[in-house]
Amino acid sequence: MESKLEKKEFNITVYTENQVGLLSRIAIIFSRRKLNIESLNTSPSEVESIHRFNIVINETEEVVRKVARQLEKQVEVLKVYYNTNEDVIWQELALYKVPTEIIAEHVSVERLLREYGARAVVIRKDYTVFETTGHREETDALVVVLQQYGLIEFVRSARVAIIKASDGFHTKLKQFENREPGEPAAENEYLNNGDKVFTM
Amino acid sequence: MQQKDALLMSSEEETATTVEQLKGSEILLNGLIAEGVDTIFGYPGGAIMPIYDALYDYQDQLKHILVRHEQGATHAAQGYARTSGKVGVVFATSGPGATNLITGLADAQIDSTPMVCITGQVFAHLLGTDAFQETDVINITTPVTKWNYQVTDASEIAEVLAKAFHIAKTGRPGPVLIDITKNAQLQLAAYKGYQKCDHIRSYRPTPIIRNNYIEQAAALINDAKRPFVLFGQGVLLGNAEQEFKAFVEKTGIPAAWTILGAGAIPTDHPLNVGMLGMHGNYGPNVLTNECDVLIAIGMRFDDRVTGRLDKYAKQAKVIHLDIDPAEIDKNVKAHVPVWGDCKETLPLLTVLVKENKHEEWLAKFNNYSKEEFAQCIDAEINPQSGELTMGEVINQLNQLTNGDAVIVTDVGQHQMVACRYAKFNHTRSNITSGGLGTMGFALPAAIGAKFGAPNKTVVAVIGDGGFQMTLQELGTIMQSGIDVKIMILNNQFLGMVRQWQELFHDRRYSFVDITSPDFVALAKSYYIDGKKISERTELKDALKTMLDHKGSYLLEVMVTKENNVFPMVPQGCSVSEIRLK
Repeated sequence: MESKLEKKEFNITVYTENQVGLLSRIAIIFSRRKLNIESLNTSPSEVESIHRFNIVINETEEVVRKVARQLEKQVEVLKVYYNTNEDVIWQELALYKVPTEIIAEHVSVERLLREYGARAVVIRKDYTVFETTGHREETDALVVVLQQYGLIEFVRSARVAIIKASDGFHTKLKQFENREPGEPAAENEYLNNGDKVFTM
Repeated sequence: MQQKDALLMSSEEETATTVEQLKGSEILLNGLIAEGVDTIFGYPGGAIMPIYDALYDYQDQLKHILVRHEQGATHAAQGYARTSGKVGVVFATSGPGATNLITGLADAQIDSTPMVCITGQVFAHLLGTDAFQETDVINITTPVTKWNYQVTDASEIAEVLAKAFHIAKTGRPGPVLIDITKNAQLQLAAYKGYQKCDHIRSYRPTPIIRNNYIEQAAALINDAKRPFVLFGQGVLLGNAEQEFKAFVEKTGIPAAWTILGAGAIPTDHPLNVGMLGMHGNYGPNVLTNECDVLIAIGMRFDDRVTGRLDKYAKQAKVIHLDIDPAEIDKNVKAHVPVWGDCKETLPLLTVLVKENKHEEWLAKFNNYSKEEFAQCIDAEINPQSGELTMGEVINQLNQLTNGDAVIVTDVGQHQMVACRYAKFNHTRSNITSGGLGTMGFALPAAIGAKFGAPNKTVVAVIGDGGFQMTLQELGTIMQSGIDVKIMILNNQFLGMVRQWQELFHDRRYSFVDITSPDFVALAKSYYIDGKKISERTELKDALKTMLDHKGSYLLEVMVTKENNVFPMVPQGCSVSEIRLK
């Protein structure tokens, strides 16, 4: 078993109500512990009216678990999961703006773009915008290459991640809406996995 | 333009003529009455004027106590909540009125005190424009509230207020703030009666109890040779004093308290072995590191309780009963987590545990207690010569009140002495600022405590430093005519900081020498009687005079200047390294 004290990337998925001010309530739980958020994405979820935050931090599991519980305790947070990179399918999107005249002159650029799976989003006389989607290493690698060809602007989106083992939130939400919830939704994964978390 | 906006009907207005139309401010007050509120601590100002205007017509149902500073309103509401078990309610205006609430909100947040604060806010159309007395109250208060919400339309008020009360008092209680823009207070909206809230889908105040953990806990307790119970305010907040007593008495386990847990069982109960932590009792600290099963009930292992964590109860199996899942494993690893309201979990546990008596183990506590008495307590509470000590004042007070008074303390040496030596026969009698350590807490909190427990004697024990932080609340006492006994223990120093400077900073007394006004004359200027004493021979009579006095009274007791509170677990040390001198 890997050490809980080793820092690594964790993907925190937070299901919430859609409410003004919640972003700041969530963000301060990290900043209070001086944790740097590597990436933060908010979006709708599979369930209408329920929002989903994807937050990436580089920390030990012990700290991540404590943060997850403090997040889950916020009134408008329904559920929090944390997963390692192996537990999720994740993607980030990147945009690259380069001078059209330079790339037009260099055949190798086209080859490079093919190699990195980039697509042209806009082609104008003065500049062209390419897009790639993938893991951090992939989007970063193209930056290094394009620097040589006069990269004007680069931007990368926050990470979005799907949890491999998740059944989604539809049934869970129904349980939450009940006044007397059944065990599956009622609680913490930690309790369900008591043997793994609490060792006698 | 403003006037017109204000008079515009709510967007969700129903056209049906049968539905009653009320102003937002009236909806708010009706809601408060429906929630059973009878006392509000507050201070008016521009942005909350419509609510105060409506309050004018509700004076027979809602008692409003005009404080002298909004911080005082929060502490008074806390004192009220702690003695009465109800939700404390505060009104304040926007801008500085709201920012003055921060200390009280932070205090209530860390000490889990149920409170609902209503702040006025500038008109909705002025939000974000740096309008007069505009401040971003929601963002400022987010870290120090359990929940907060800004209302910009009168139609939201009833529902939001109902949510606020539900959130403030259920689960682990805490402070909630509602910020209401002035237009929403003035606006008319349909009012179909007030509906209390008992369910919010994203909010699960009490976890489902898992029997397997109860069974595991019971098995550990039944096999334990040296079990030890630590209890905190969770027992009081859960109204679980009887359930707690039944559990402790059946199992015969010695039990020690955090300062907010004091009074959950009477001080003189044979299984009550004393106070935990930095200035707690000798036995409970040392024996934490000798017990085999540690049963923590409604407490959160604050660093002032645990001392150095990596040397804290490492030999013990830890059972942690708490309503807040985020507390389990936060500071001390639990072997058995018993999530839930201890009012429900304790009886389940009591059924499964065997009747027992841990006489030998309990005797160990008593032996440490004798040693502590001989080495530090005796000299503190029974000095025969020299200047008065804080301990003897509290001890004398116990004899006169019999342990039936509500003791409200400020923060510092006098607080530790009062918590150590005051006798509590009843629950909800020890009102103090625990987690935040807010100097200036006691005077306003005592006002609220008295409103929350009008039939009790309320004694505020305050240092000369802390008293000067919120002494303007003497004006509130004067105007409301409330009966609060104020006892200033004056050592002419910021004593606790001075103690640390003496012990850890080579006696470099950096800015702890504090001078005071003539407190008795000050009280007189507020038409409050008082007396100052410095002699042992005067003590008993002076305390008696204070307690027998009709109405508020201020007694200033000059105590020895450079006394230290012992025992003490120095910062960074293990609880078993507690020093007796």
